[in-house]
Amino acid sequence: MPWAAALIASKETSIPSAEEGRILSYVEALNEALALALEIDPHVLVLGQGVNDPKGMFGVTTGLSAKYGNARVFDTPLSEEGMMGISTGAAMNGLRPVYLHNRPDFLLLAFNQLVTHASKIHFMDNGKTKVPMVVWSAIGRGWGSGAQHSQAIQGLLLGVPGLKIVMPSTPYDAKGLMLSAIADNNPVVIFDHRWCMRQNGVVPEGMYQVPLGRGVYRRNGRDLTLVGTSHTLEMAINAVDSLEGEGITADVIDLRTIKPLDGEIIIESLKRTGKILVVDTGWEMGGVCAEIGCLVAEKAFYDLKAPIKRIGLPDVPSPAGFTLEQFYYPNPEKIANVIREMVCKQ
Amino acid sequence: MKLIKYKYSGKGFAPYLSGLKSNSYEKEFLIRFYRDMLRIRLIEEEIERRYHEDEMKSPIHLVIGQEASSVGSCGALRPEDQVYCGHRTHGIYLAKGGNLKAMMSELYCRTTGCAGSRGGSMHLFDKSVGMAGSSAIVAGAIPIATGAALKAQLTGESWIVAAFLGDAAVEEGAFWEAVNFAVLKRLPILYFCENNFFSVCSPIEVRQPENAEIYKKAESFGLKSVKVDGTNVLEVYEASRNMVEYARSGKGPAFIESVAYRWRGHGGAGDDSHTGYRDPAEVEHWQQFDPVKSYYDFLEQKNLLDGETRLAISKEIEAEVQEAFDFAINSPNPIEDDLYTHVYSD
Ligand SMILES: Cc1ncc(C[n+]2csc(CCOP(=O)(O)OP(=O)(O)O)c2C)c(N)n1
Repeated sequence: MPWAAALIASKETSIPSAEEGRILSYVEALNEALALALEIDPHVLVLGQGVNDPKGMFGVTTGLSAKYGNARVFDTPLSEEGMMGISTGAAMNGLRPVYLHNRPDFLLLAFNQLVTHASKIHFMDNGKTKVPMVVWSAIGRGWGSGAQHSQAIQGLLLGVPGLKIVMPSTPYDAKGLMLSAIADNNPVVIFDHRWCMRQNGVVPEGMYQVPLGRGVYRRNGRDLTLVGTSHTLEMAINAVDSLEGEGITADVIDLRTIKPLDGEIIIESLKRTGKILVVDTGWEMGGVCAEIGCLVAEKAFYDLKAPIKRIGLPDVPSPAGFTLEQFYYPNPEKIANVIREMVCKQ
Repeated sequence: MKLIKYKYSGKGFAPYLSGLKSNSYEKEFLIRFYRDMLRIRLIEEEIERRYHEDEMKSPIHLVIGQEASSVGSCGALRPEDQVYCGHRTHGIYLAKGGNLKAMMSELYCRTTGCAGSRGGSMHLFDKSVGMAGSSAIVAGAIPIATGAALKAQLTGESWIVAAFLGDAAVEEGAFWEAVNFAVLKRLPILYFCENNFFSVCSPIEVRQPENAEIYKKAESFGLKSVKVDGTNVLEVYEASRNMVEYARSGKGPAFIESVAYRWRGHGGAGDDSHTGYRDPAEVEHWQQFDPVKSYYDFLEQKNLLDGETRLAISKEIEAEVQEAFDFAINSPNPIEDDLYTHVYSD
């Protein structure tokens, strides 16, 4: 297995510190991860609509087909369900496809293959076949993306056994989690966020992995535990930082993956703060917020000093119009207001 | 070196100039087609000109170059007939009799928009003119349109359905599933495929096998099927009229492949050929077969239209366009309560 070899060679038990590296954009970090994977393993494929066109999937796949050839980096017919099944079959037979989509909305066409086939095959054949496949897409927000181009569907997939779900928030993690996902022998869905792609950050060179299922503290504080992933981190950190002057501090936890879910880090922090606010890019109902709320109620009920709070999307489809979007989406001010209320209402 | 991969293969208006064909039309009727195409062209150009002002916060997909497809096909429909389409909505909505003020308000995200600012450019809905559905998910509206045709058949309606799609939509399984059902039940529906050779920046050659013509695939499923020059409004109209008659008389579903070129980028303002996915020379090649200008030349040669009348028509349209933009800009923005209405019906 070239993956194991490459990772051992790069001594990947310790995570390199975020100081070692260059400043890359989020998109460059993803591009570098894919290039590395294509480089070290001839079984890696990168496919998806427009992956070798000039836009290169927002730049994530730019230059890859020129370097690694059209046989391994290729554009596809739209055919989302068919291509998902084709990726699954290829993965079952030893390839490592990374199948990219512009938007999670398009994955919904492929749920049959992803949910009912790819995620269950290893279980159904009693552990004989692996499905090492990555499915990537970028959540949209704003500018009229509307009801059909901005769905953050992680909540829909959270209950699917056999599937892993990754939601990075920094360029460092985007690369490290992509490499972990490709190395993983299970179907892994990565949801990046279009607004995360505006970031730059320190990214180490070469091979490294960020482990799936491990959260990380982005801020340490006293008054509250704030949990999120992906683009919500930027908003959460802004909100928490804006409250410093008022003497409010909070733990901010970046889960990085929601399946497997790092329950330990959440409970550990909650035991100290006694209050928890969960923020998600998806709908509040039945999603990541709801799951974490339930986990806390089950595992740490007696540590709670206030009711659990969540900020996600209301039970309404995304509107396209600009003004309606402002009412619809969370932002740092809305988050700060909720924190203030939770902390001050003793 | 100039690379024109996709060449114009139509016959132009020569057959209409020499033969009796066009003599069977009333002058007014012929001029109306010109007016309708010019109107769409001028509206699209004005949208494009103002797009950078950043007030139309909506993705746009311009139909410049494909006006004859919209006008010729909708010209064969009755007001009560229903149309369904994808993301490239403007031409179809306007040709079907859509309200320009309501369309512009939708693009400007105002409450007076034809979808109340929930849709934006990709989601124009207007029952009053039979604009029954537009989906931003490629092929998403096709099975739905087919369901509408089922209703028309079962309750013996006088209306029929036209479903508009692009060349990429035939790569979706849902398209063929719907078509199979429509043929099975002999539903009164016309599938109108606008083949412009591209899906975003991906040319058809990387998505569909060479020499497998779309209209022939459709024919093999049992649809009455024909291919037309999509830059020639009369050819599009005549084919549409025949197919619509066929469908309305209960003989079954029909298919038209209308070939015309998208002059602008897939989305947004301006041509994006410079990015390298197509040669700008190819765009120039197709601009010689401008559906609006070539039709004007034809009418002029027939002594049906002259420069003076043309000027008067375009002045009239420009005034209407100006009025519609002013109306949109001066319309109210939605309020927060508007977000929560119509999630469920009563
Ligand atoms: C199911 C699905 N897959 C991918 C997309 C992204 N997408 C939006 S428009 C488009 C191009 C469609 O091309 P075509 O159907 O030929 O229509 P055209 O844009 O040429 O009018 C694509 C791939 C989508 N909206 N829906």
